Amino acid sequence: MNITVNGNSKSIQDISTISDLLTDLGLPPDTVVVELNTSIVTPDSYNKTELAEDDRVEIIRFVGGG
Amino acid sequence: MISLNEQEYPFSPGHTIGALAAIHKPSADIFILNGFPVPPDTVVQDGDSCSCIQKGIVPTDKERDALLSARHTPGIQKKIRSSTIAILGLGGLGSAVAGAMAKIGIGKMLLSDYDVVEPSNLNRQHYFVDQIGMLKTEALEENLLRMNPSISLELIDEYLTEARLPQLFSDVDVLIECFDDPVMKAATLRSVLNTMDRVSYVGSSGMAGFGDNNTIVTTMVRPGIFIVGDKTSEACPGMGLMAPRVGIAAHHQANQALRILLGAEQKRN
Repeated sequence: MNITVNGNSKSIQDISTISDLLTDLGLPPDTVVVELNTSIVTPDSYNKTELAEDDRVEIIRFVGGG
Repeated sequence: MISLNEQEYPFSPGHTIGALAAIHKPSADIFILNGFPVPPDTVVQDGDSCSCIQKGIVPTDKERDALLSARHTPGIQKKIRSSTIAILGLGGLGSAVAGAMAKIGIGKMLLSDYDVVEPSNLNRQHYFVDQIGMLKTEALEENLLRMNPSISLELIDEYLTEARLPQLFSDVDVLIECFDDPVMKAATLRSVLNTMDRVSYVGSSGMAGFGDNNTIVTTMVRPGIFIVGDKTSEACPGMGLMAPRVGIAAHHQANQALRILLGAEQKRN
């Protein structure tokens, strides 16, 4: 299946939810804001939100320090 | 024409700066001509810029406003004076952002931090050694009012949660996120996008160490939503937060907030 992540095409196998995608990308779920096809996804539903062909995912990741 | 304390006057030859001060600022005991301190019997020329001040005396609100209006232009100063911002986190970023905004005369600032000043903070945060142990909100209030007594401050020292953010900050013009904790950074952006339609946002991510100046950038995520930093330099052992680079990020944030307030950026739609 092909999706777009932050504007880049990504081919995914064995990744079905947002949670899976974040694990694949090595991103701690509580330090990101995720937008799926222009809607913000609430963190509680990362493991329930299924990805589909041609989905556009935007992930903004924050690192610590300020 | 000459200018004296940012006001313009017609020039007539042969007057000393001391004589002009006697008319317009009789209490002055320090005379600055074109940026240099001079004795009072120095003759003023056409086009000169004079500053006559009384040492140790705090200018009145009216005088301060006139100085800022002259420096920034009156229309801009009116917008600055009528703006309200929130600064979330008063550490290396937040204390520096607050200082910049206080200096230009932002009308109202909501300052939020639950923490106290610790010795390890002093390598970057705008506090002093005699403030160790004080709540950051109270220490910063002291410092900011010494820079500009005209600003209005609201202090919030509770430990913030995602749910509290719209309750506290929905009415501000710009929310500036200056947290240390990446979990609260993400929560703040999510909260602004989901629950605070009219609030513009300037967040932060990645400013540790002494890496390249030019990788600290301001990025627009969508209209009215900006993030400052290099996105990667996480504070960690071996790469700590240091005043110079944190200061670059802080002043990106301060200037970006100012640009939003003055209409130089697209607002939230």
